[in-house]
Amino acid sequence: MLIKKPSDIKPSEITSHSNYLNRRQIIKAAGLIGGAAMAPAAMGAVVPEGQFAKIPDIRKSEYSTDEKVNPYDDIVTYNNYYEFGTGKSDPYRNAQDFEPRPWTITVDGEAEVTGTFDFEDFIKPFDVEERIYRMRCVEAWSMVIPWNGIALADVVKRFRPTSKAKYVAFETLYDKERMPGQRWRSLDWPYREGLTIEEATNPLSILAIGLYGEALPNQNGAPIRLVVPWKYGFKGIKGIVRMSFTEKQPPASWNMQQPREYGFYANVNPNVDHPRWSQAYERRISSESSILARRIPTQMFNGYGEHVAHLYKDLDLRKYF
Amino acid sequence: MDSITQIRFIWKPIVFLACLIPFVHVVGDLYGITGDLGANPVEAILDRFGNWGIRFVMIALAVTPLRKITGWNWLARFRRMLGLFAFFYVLMHFLTWFYLDQQMLWASMVLDIAKRPYITVGFTALLLLTAMAITSTSGMRRRLGRRWNTLHKSVYVVGVLGVVHYWWQVKSDFREPLIYAAILALLLGYRLMTSRPKRQPQATAA
Repeated sequence: MLIKKPSDIKPSEITSHSNYLNRRQIIKAAGLIGGAAMAPAAMGAVVPEGQFAKIPDIRKSEYSTDEKVNPYDDIVTYNNYYEFGTGKSDPYRNAQDFEPRPWTITVDGEAEVTGTFDFEDFIKPFDVEERIYRMRCVEAWSMVIPWNGIALADVVKRFRPTSKAKYVAFETLYDKERMPGQRWRSLDWPYREGLTIEEATNPLSILAIGLYGEALPNQNGAPIRLVVPWKYGFKGIKGIVRMSFTEKQPPASWNMQQPREYGFYANVNPNVDHPRWSQAYERRISSESSILARRIPTQMFNGYGEHVAHLYKDLDLRKYF
Repeated sequence: MDSITQIRFIWKPIVFLACLIPFVHVVGDLYGITGDLGANPVEAILDRFGNWGIRFVMIALAVTPLRKITGWNWLARFRRMLGLFAFFYVLMHFLTWFYLDQQMLWASMVLDIAKRPYITVGFTALLLLTAMAITSTSGMRRRLGRRWNTLHKSVYVVGVLGVVHYWWQVKSDFREPLIYAAILALLLGYRLMTSRPKRQPQATAA
């Protein structure tokens, strides 16, 4: 796979920061080498601190698509993350100074293991995989993104949910100082999302901690976000600080905002239009192709039907959109 | 040089060129000369032309109130040009949608115009602007007489449709369409206030 580096980052944007990081990375790397000598096998997931930090030991996955991957620049300059502004390039512009570490994730609700964990400890028991997934936004554009992540099924298992746990709920950090988009109510903060436990334990579901083999960029949801490729992008909650096992269907931000327009399930479905625009087609974004970027038909479950269709066989997808 | 000649041969060309700047900027960005259009260029072009379309509608609508308040009667000489630029940018917005977004898929386009209220509304505004642009010549104005005024007053309808068209596409950040709605409310409010006293003798019209 071609790893493309951001070409247009001005030196002024990174120099002082990267000096600081380099020092830390050297220290960390030294620690890693020492550790590796002792236990060469299972390393577990590690994301060194800092922008563009390389993630070690990434395994390939059979779930990856072989479609043409979007250039790094597309993925990091064009997305929605209302915590940093409502424009498509706002996250890129406004998230640069965000410090995603230290970071903790609280696990609570219907599970045997609960508590608050440092990000490092939270991801450590799991293997990092590269998952090249299609990403279909509810706004009818799409990309192909090489995520690096840990299987959500493994994470769920580790906390041993009780028989009462029917859903997994997630919450984004709520901090107006660090997330300027939260200073006004474009959404009912904090951002919340949820999955059924069956969806969460589906092998496609991951918690992404990296992109293109590097630490997840701030604007894409650092340090940890959900990726569920058969659902519209807004289900992929970013900057996760809480994971709760619940008996009842948890609140979901866009669903609360406009229940008529955004459902809890939010499965990609070309046959159920958004009330204000068609979902039959999507624009496959690519800054590399011509201005007439491909307009392609949207696939049911975003093309992941063979892995997820069985989850919804008894569900009326027009009603539970 | 008298002031009319001055307006005609100096100020009009200057304003004309100034009004073209947003268009030139888009083309420059398209070719990477003045900047770039980002990861989704079609959307960027669509938004830029759409924004300038609604801005020029507001600018054209502001001419008469501004002229009355300030007494700068020469402003009236720019009204037709500004109105035509509103038509131009809305037309470019439509053509971008037609050629680049829909990629000339007639079936899907017709379906969208019929099915999506915000597109229905936007398309209606374009039709009204087209009618106004076609009848904008002095000859047409003479020929249509009073009906010309009625037709060209529909620019207010275009303003309302434009704001609605914008509003209905926004997911949750209504600030920008709200600004246009506020400007439109001010312009409309001024018209209603000043038109209340009994009919002004024929005169300056719309």
